[in-house]
Amino acid sequence: MTSTAHDWLNAHGDYLYRFALARLRDAHLAEDAVQETFLAAIKNPNFAAQSSPRTWLTGILKHKIIDTMRKGQREVVASDLMNEDDANMDEFFDATGHWAEKPVAWNIPSDALEQKQFFGILQGCLDKLPKKLAALFLMRDVHETDNEEICKEMQITATNA
Amino acid sequence: MLSCQSASRLVSQSLDRPLHWQEKLALRFHLAICRHCRRFVKQLNQLQSAVKTMMQRTEADASIMLKPEAKARIMHIIQQHH
Ligand SMILES: [Zn+2]
Repeated sequence: MTSTAHDWLNAHGDYLYRFALARLRDAHLAEDAVQETFLAAIKNPNFAAQSSPRTWLTGILKHKIIDTMRKGQREVVASDLMNEDDANMDEFFDATGHWAEKPVAWNIPSDALEQKQFFGILQGCLDKLPKKLAALFLMRDVHETDNEEICKEMQITATNA
Repeated sequence: MLSCQSASRLVSQSLDRPLHWQEKLALRFHLAICRHCRRFVKQLNQLQSAVKTMMQRTEADASIMLKPEAKARIMHIIQQHH
């Protein structure tokens, strides 16, 4: 069993680390999440029976990532004295609930996604977003909330913008 | 009539949970008449797909690897728990 776990670490460790890093965006937190995943895996009685270890391990990792994000959010809430549970965007609005600064049109070049620079800027944007809102983006495929219907509606509305 | 603040809050909540039909209706009504919030929705969607692309790139980037120290540490923990 130990050798299996070792084999899995060698075969899937890097992938799991990248998966975690893509969502947590912090090398330390990502390493810890992978470590927790293997710890949970070897304690699990179904360990040896896995025919698709990568999928199984990724499933465990998703839970660890959610835990890590929740912990992070609690810290934010405590430090910023935010009692709003949702993404706090109040600073974008004036006292009457109107946009304090109206969203300006973005001019994203069509090949932006091909440019490395773009992702650096995007990282910076994510760091500036309310933590919860950024987490929502990064967690969408992890949470797998069934809100495609709304997204479709939004998309339809968005094309009219 | 929803304020822009309430409308934008519903929009970001819709990323997290399904909206009630009353909320959807109110939001749709607001978006129909408010250009700014429509733009906000559009930009949120653009941001979302850019983030998704960024995550997929990280996942596919074979040059990103678990550090040898971290790997050794996890190996050690696996052994201890055997
Ligand atoms: Zn509005």
